[in-house]
Amino acid sequence: MKLQQLSLFLENRPGRLDAPLETIAAEGINILTLSLADTAQFGILRLIVREWDKAKRVLEQAGWVVNLTEVVAVDVLDRPGGLAAVLKILDGAGLNIEYMYAYSLRRGDKAILIFRFEDPDRAIQILLDQGLHVVDGDELMSFAAA
Amino acid sequence: MTHESRPWIMPVPNPSPDWSSEHPIWNPIAETLPRAEREALQLERLRELVGRVARVPFYRDLFAHREIGPHSIRSLADLRRLPFTTKDDLRRQHPLGFLAVPRRDLARIHGSSGTTGKPTFVAYTAGDLRIWSELCARFLVAGGLRPEHTAQVAFGYGLFTGGFGLHYGIERVGATVIPAAAGNTRRQIEIMRDLDPEALICTPSYALTIADAARELGMDPRALPIRFGHFGGEPWTEDMRREIEDQLDIAAFNNYGLSEVIGPGVSGECTARTGMHLQEDHFLVECLDPETLEPVPEGEPGELVITTLTREAMPMIRYRTRDIARLDRGPCACGRTTTRMSRVAGRTDDMLIIRGVNVFPSQIEEALLRVEGTTPHYLIEVSRPGTLDEVRVKVEIHPEIFSDRMDRMQAVRDRISREIQTVAGIRAHVDLVEPRSIERFVGKARRVLDTRGLNERES
Repeated sequence: MKLQQLSLFLENRPGRLDAPLETIAAEGINILTLSLADTAQFGILRLIVREWDKAKRVLEQAGWVVNLTEVVAVDVLDRPGGLAAVLKILDGAGLNIEYMYAYSLRRGDKAILIFRFEDPDRAIQILLDQGLHVVDGDELMSFAAA
Repeated sequence: MTHESRPWIMPVPNPSPDWSSEHPIWNPIAETLPRAEREALQLERLRELVGRVARVPFYRDLFAHREIGPHSIRSLADLRRLPFTTKDDLRRQHPLGFLAVPRRDLARIHGSSGTTGKPTFVAYTAGDLRIWSELCARFLVAGGLRPEHTAQVAFGYGLFTGGFGLHYGIERVGATVIPAAAGNTRRQIEIMRDLDPEALICTPSYALTIADAARELGMDPRALPIRFGHFGGEPWTEDMRREIEDQLDIAAFNNYGLSEVIGPGVSGECTARTGMHLQEDHFLVECLDPETLEPVPEGEPGELVITTLTREAMPMIRYRTRDIARLDRGPCACGRTTTRMSRVAGRTDDMLIIRGVNVFPSQIEEALLRVEGTTPHYLIEVSRPGTLDEVRVKVEIHPEIFSDRMDRMQAVRDRISREIQTVAGIRAHVDLVEPRSIERFVGKARRVLDTRGLNERES
């Protein structure tokens, strides 16, 4: 149920984002979603791609430092309070969110959010127990292809 | 000429190392002389040297002015009556003003690497070359080289003294030398895999470059055949030794020398690794406060000042090395009786003065290596945007310290900053930069970019 997320270290300079994106584009790898955390001096680019193992290999060969992390994708109702309800559940269970970002596509009345937890397995168990829908890799991919 | 006409050349004794010993000594006579005997030999050679350097106009004029001659040298303490020689003096006598023998007696000319300005030339007679290879043989054997071994020399062969100096030292021991020379790192690795050398000879930073390259080729650098290495040519740290030993699974030995006095071979480590044994039958080494030029108390750091007792072509009187180290005259477990010097902690001329605080690049390196997993690829940028100095330390990121979490990355950067503050006593901006974005050097690494324009002392 977990998704593999690639993270890259980038210096915060004009044009630095292009190079890794071109590297994976040249291999025909499509980016499903991405987020960028940055400071004035450097940034961390996080990517979810279909062929993460191939993307990791080509990026590393091109000289990037690439980190692999497991993240969790969750369906959230796309209406006021939808996200708050999910956060309340996580908070109640004492689950700390390291960071989160939105998946780029909506599905009907649902949005998909990507969460980075310290303990993704425990987070998934709690989310499922609370009746939430955890989106696995295949589902996310098929949804993107549709 | 015979030895009789050149009494300063000790007929290099046929060394008779006891190869069956666990820690053989290349020259069991010279390296284990009792102190009194060594000092008597040094005194005799110093007195002779003072007469001989009168052939060099620079010394002849200084000595005439101070009324100095061989009669002035009654004990080793009289060394302090002699003038100093600096790099600037060598530059002013460019190219070969310091020759003490006729030009036709030269066998070879090397050049300093020019780290601190334009290169200076260093000349050798055939006798100098013979002694030089003897001195390299001493430290090579002290650090594990045996006649049955093969050693790969990845130092530059050329004007730089590292390549040829070690090359002939290895041959003198009777071992096999592979003159791979510096550069083409992948080829170095192929040669290692084909020829199984036991020893690697290069700069410490190049040893790490080789480990990097092996990993890039998908190899485990620990699986390379080398078992030990002799590293020198640039200052390094104990932490860097651990990095090299860990990454390559070898024993790493330090050696010291500088082209102005001979090249590598002034000193080198034995397996006890508690300092580098100075070859005191050929060099008189002082450790002085660089400001007052008075000797520092034993064990305290000071500038090494070296007098060459046996150099024929270009003898040096009290050459100011600018290298900061400590001396230890205590006994060594290996049985050698020579004084040991610590690793070079810095240079008086690469010392940076940051807002009045003396900082050596080696301190920044020590701070970086305290932060677990930080590779020694870094650059110190010093600038003065307004009236105050600013230091920016660029550190390459690598997989062990990279995290997808911003708080962890900021913590790494803050820890480096704190360690620099602790070790060097200065506040520095730390910039984490992309891998391989700092220029790589095959020989001596360039660690400092000072744009303040304060160090234009070259004349």
